[in-house]
Amino acid sequence: MATDPTKLTMAQALNQALRDAMAEDETVYVFGEDVGPLGGVFRITDGLTAEFGEHRCFDTPLAESGIVGMAVGMAMNGMRPVVEMQFDAFAYPAFEQIASHVAKTRNRTRGRVGLPMVIRVPYAGGIGGVEHHCDSSEAYYAHTPGLTVVAPSTVADAYFLLREAIASPDPVVFLEPKKLYWGKEEVDLTAPEPGIGTAVVRRPGTDATLIAYGPSVPTALEAAEAAAQEGRSLQVVDVRSLVPFDDATVCEAVRSTGRAVVVAEASGYASVASEITARVTERCFHSLAAPVRRVTGFDIPYPPPKLERFQLPSVDRILDAVDDLQWEDQ
Amino acid sequence: MAGGQDLLPSERPLRLLDETGRRVPGAALPFPDTDRLLDAYASLVIGRRVNDQAGALVRQGRLAVYPSSHGQEACQTGAALALADGDWLFPTYRDTAAVIARGVDPVEVLTLLKGDWHAGYDPYAHRVAPQATPLATQLLHAVGVAHAARLRGEDTVVMALCGDGATSEGDFHEALNFAAVFRAPVVFFVQNNEYAISVPLARQTAAPSLAHKGVGYGVPGHRVDGNDAAAVLSVLDRAVASARSGDGPQLVEAHTYRMQAHTNADDASRYRSDEEVDPWVARDPLLRMEAFLKRKRALTKARRAEITERAEAVAAAMREGLAEDTDPEPSELFAHVFSSPTPQLAEQAAFLADELSREGH
Repeated sequence: MATDPTKLTMAQALNQALRDAMAEDETVYVFGEDVGPLGGVFRITDGLTAEFGEHRCFDTPLAESGIVGMAVGMAMNGMRPVVEMQFDAFAYPAFEQIASHVAKTRNRTRGRVGLPMVIRVPYAGGIGGVEHHCDSSEAYYAHTPGLTVVAPSTVADAYFLLREAIASPDPVVFLEPKKLYWGKEEVDLTAPEPGIGTAVVRRPGTDATLIAYGPSVPTALEAAEAAAQEGRSLQVVDVRSLVPFDDATVCEAVRSTGRAVVVAEASGYASVASEITARVTERCFHSLAAPVRRVTGFDIPYPPPKLERFQLPSVDRILDAVDDLQWEDQ
Repeated sequence: MAGGQDLLPSERPLRLLDETGRRVPGAALPFPDTDRLLDAYASLVIGRRVNDQAGALVRQGRLAVYPSSHGQEACQTGAALALADGDWLFPTYRDTAAVIARGVDPVEVLTLLKGDWHAGYDPYAHRVAPQATPLATQLLHAVGVAHAARLRGEDTVVMALCGDGATSEGDFHEALNFAAVFRAPVVFFVQNNEYAISVPLARQTAAPSLAHKGVGYGVPGHRVDGNDAAAVLSVLDRAVASARSGDGPQLVEAHTYRMQAHTNADDASRYRSDEEVDPWVARDPLLRMEAFLKRKRALTKARRAEITERAEAVAAAMREGLAEDTDPEPSELFAHVFSSPTPQLAEQAAFLADELSREGH
């Protein structure tokens, strides 16, 4: 593990997290499609086969249900598998394994069989990907009881949340925002971030709260920066952990400003953004000066690359939603 | 892919005993020794008694439902007897008799069908996975358990059970393929009982046999008469030994017949005739083994009485264990979703507790 603050991309931090976890715990196994000598299509597993051998990091046949189902069995039998679904929409063949077994095994067996496993999913859009490569699939997982669901937005979070996910006794769906893979940040890998289950305030502000996670956090921060130049102070909360959800931090933030906009790439209907909106409204109603607004993707299949900018939450859309928070009533 | 081994199954299901319990001459299988067959016979008797007793418990309202393996007891018995203590069994909902044959407490096994919880036994205690309700998904778990054991250098074999219908599911194919690629020591044991609820085998597959499906994955396929307990045991013994010695996975198809409806809630008369069922009565696995052992004078009166007594003890334990009305604890609903409850689940547990206290529970 590095000892000084270093500049890393999110992809490198994820790779380092896997490397450190594998070095520390010989029961950690990494497998999936193209994760071996190639190092994964996003290079997240780069060098792991060379360093730990072909038994510790290996390619499988091209079958996602098979990958997740085999991981369930390995987790039942003393291992900590970390599997990669190559892209968000390619994880769907594994959905029965995830919903019926990964999520339920501890409960089915009255706590006797836990499944310490991580399903890494490169997810969401903004990279000009062709169809089936850009889905925001978090609601499927977050809706399924028994799954921990995490989405980092910073390089440090990518490292520490993945380490924690691998060490967790429960199965974790780890959503990696593809468009953030290559952003470099200074990161101190010796100073742990708050853990799974905790939201953090990324930017203080007093007028309204932007609630975002994963790929939408940088957009929310940009919007807050733009608003500041117009004299409006926006707070930004990074949810980080979709399940378990940190009601306390999110609600405290919203109560402090009295206004909130939830920002997420996924289609809005029956979404995590909708759930957050409902929770905040139920818990903070008397502190709210305006209904909680959502800025989400439209309820359409993810668009082709030349149209995707219309689907993604933008700074302008966020600022427009903030403008709609009934300021004239003040 | 054992070197040079033909992957294709035999033309006909392998047999050691004919329907009258006489040895088939020239059988290409080792004949199990008499002590082992007496064990198999005891297990058949107990398996049949378990099926009968469970059926009765459904009629008495003590079990919500029971998918019987009546007629398939040779397969149930063989699956359990072919394994060593350190091996794993992955059963389905129809394999209650196999789970009990493996040593799991019958009352714990029936927790699922009694409705108190989902899986009622500790999977690690006897190395028996929870009975699978979804079709074929457990076959992949079997591959994972086997692969993990192999990575640790253990000589564990995993017996993964499924029915003919499950061979149409994608996970069946992925499991065979993964097992073959990783040379995982798994014996895939298909009990072809001719029906998936109401749908006959002809609508599941156009393959010459289900065992033929192995060749596409490089897995040797074997066919056996599933109502011949001696042949089932012999074929499974050989498959387990091959898997254990590092030859990779094996696929065994047992040809048998589901004598009863899918469950008590099903009406088999809507999709099959008595004329179809009748010939299978004469192929009963229990009577066949009994006839053989009697003719061989291996089944003494005393031995038979002792076996009957054991079977009755299991049935009595089932009756006693299910006699009491149980009241499962509602707070447990939140206890095992995660290793420790999330704040949201703690809140919901408190809500339910409050609701119950107001209702005077």
